[in-house]
Amino acid sequence: MSASLEKGVRVLKEMIDAPIASYFSSCVHCGLCAEACLFYTETGDPKYTPIHKLEPMRRLYEQEYTLLGRLKKMVGLSKPVTDAELGQWQELVYNSCTLCGRCSAVCPMGNDIVYMVRKFREGMSAAGHAPVGIKGAVNRTVNIGSPMGVKLPAVKAQMKHVEEDHGIPIPMDVVGAEYLVMLSSMEIINFPEYLAAIAKIMKQAGRTWTLCSTAFEATNAGMQIGNSDLARVIVSRIVEGAEKLKVKTVISPECGHAYTALRWEGANLIGRPFTFKVQHIIEVLGEFQEKGLLKTEGFETDRLTFHDPCQLARRGGVIQPQRNLMNMVAKNFVEMPDAGYMNWCCGGGGGASAIEEGEELRLAAFKKKKSQLEAVKPDRLVTACANCRIVLEEGLEHYQMDIPVIGLTELIAEHIPDLAKSEGA
Amino acid sequence: MNEMQFLTWVRGQGLDLAVSLFLLGVLWRLLEIYGLGRKKDLTAPRHASGASGWHTVFRRSLPAESMLKKSPVTYIAGYTFHLGLGLVVFLFAPHIKLIQSLTGLHWPGLPSQFIDLIAIVTIAAMVVVLADRISKPVKRFISTFEDWFTWLVTFLPLLTGWLAVRHLLLPYTSMLAVHILCVEILLIVLPFTKLFHAFTVFGSRWYNGTVNGHKGVVV
Repeated sequence: MSASLEKGVRVLKEMIDAPIASYFSSCVHCGLCAEACLFYTETGDPKYTPIHKLEPMRRLYEQEYTLLGRLKKMVGLSKPVTDAELGQWQELVYNSCTLCGRCSAVCPMGNDIVYMVRKFREGMSAAGHAPVGIKGAVNRTVNIGSPMGVKLPAVKAQMKHVEEDHGIPIPMDVVGAEYLVMLSSMEIINFPEYLAAIAKIMKQAGRTWTLCSTAFEATNAGMQIGNSDLARVIVSRIVEGAEKLKVKTVISPECGHAYTALRWEGANLIGRPFTFKVQHIIEVLGEFQEKGLLKTEGFETDRLTFHDPCQLARRGGVIQPQRNLMNMVAKNFVEMPDAGYMNWCCGGGGGASAIEEGEELRLAAFKKKKSQLEAVKPDRLVTACANCRIVLEEGLEHYQMDIPVIGLTELIAEHIPDLAKSEGA
Repeated sequence: MNEMQFLTWVRGQGLDLAVSLFLLGVLWRLLEIYGLGRKKDLTAPRHASGASGWHTVFRRSLPAESMLKKSPVTYIAGYTFHLGLGLVVFLFAPHIKLIQSLTGLHWPGLPSQFIDLIAIVTIAAMVVVLADRISKPVKRFISTFEDWFTWLVTFLPLLTGWLAVRHLLLPYTSMLAVHILCVEILLIVLPFTKLFHAFTVFGSRWYNGTVNGHKGVVV
């Protein structure tokens, strides 16, 4: 174990940069970050205070990068980071942090706490202290191609279903298409309506698009676990696919972390800027809407609300397009308290939903979403992240709340007039 | 050493030593922190109005959405004590005179009765901040020796200064000397403890604003 602790410490030391040094030096222990974290607010346990989740990393910073810390270390006054301690911290760094970033949004010192947790995970993973659930997801993504073990034949089978049901051909490996559409395995297995929705929307907008047989999975468990080497392998597949097919834009699916991995970490992971653009599907739909390429008919009349995926809104800067899209097809769209930039996480982001032993805590944290929903009492809940969707469905079922959850892309597609019919008319 | 000799020392050699250590400490810490640098972000930026490091430096001076209600004591007592401390340090006539003798810079001060009132309010706010740290489970849990220690070294200059002006507890000369000594301790301690947030707060906010501003996120 000492070898992997050594590796973890080495990786962690490499992670510490000027922002992290500045953040640790600025923290005054005011504890406000706790009030922003749903794992604290819903359990009342102070150990879930976000800045506390970084304590081993802070000590390492102090011992290695500050004069006083080095002096203290020399005379034996500092407590070294141990393997057992990192083991204990697994729950704090993974199970009880979804990388939602609310703490970073409230810190009066301006500390970007989630930036540090993301980097801390690199050290934790190198030290062998990542949760088994996410490790499995990473291994499957690297070895099989997707975190849920989905292979190309499953994608092809789904393409065939959509083609049969909707009469729209699903393009694959088309060189020179404008858009490369990525999927998440959650969509391939649980939400096949996503692919059908894309086909309808692209057809109406008159845009060319394609799937890629060597890069269809967008999610990146390598990033969630905190292993940049594996995250790079996963992102590289997409980059190779996009460059081989010479697409202009890669569309990240309804998945928050896939978007962050591809849009905000991808180029840094491969060490060079991308030759193509990356957009979340909601950004693409927003653009289509603005350009008048998206024409819908009819409205949903029941009470709908929207759950902002953290990585799309607070961490990704996409807040308004989803609201414009909702209003395009819904007469009775209501906002939950704290919606938008400060929306509360579903409780399962950042890989947390893959951690089996974290389920009880996840369900406790879901009380926050429950109270947000109770404030507006929607008939249905719309979101734009397949992982949020699964976590929301599990939470709603646990608390016996009868609120169906749907994806925004499929909701929009339901309002696109049947093209065969309109062409015939 | 009698009280006059003590006062002479804290005003002379003591002050020189403390100011020198403070300046060297600040310089060292700034280099130690910001010298680490950071990697260039190779991802394509998204521009949004209000999303930048400078915006965040200013914006974070106000509580984030809905946070004031969640932790009113932290904010109100926090603002009061920071503002009060700033006013007392920089607008009390004898302090301005000292700064003038050291740097040549000077500006008008506030009437001493007014400073006295501000000092009392500030002392009260600091006591509230301490009580809050003791009584709130989160604050107590994350507090270390440094938190209690830095509270004390910030509180003592304020208290002893007020006692000196009011001629309470000790003869004026002695209390003044104790006051100056307390300030000197504060100056020496500041760069090497969390009190250094007085400097790094700007860097931290700027980094957060810049890193997120790159993504078009207004933080």
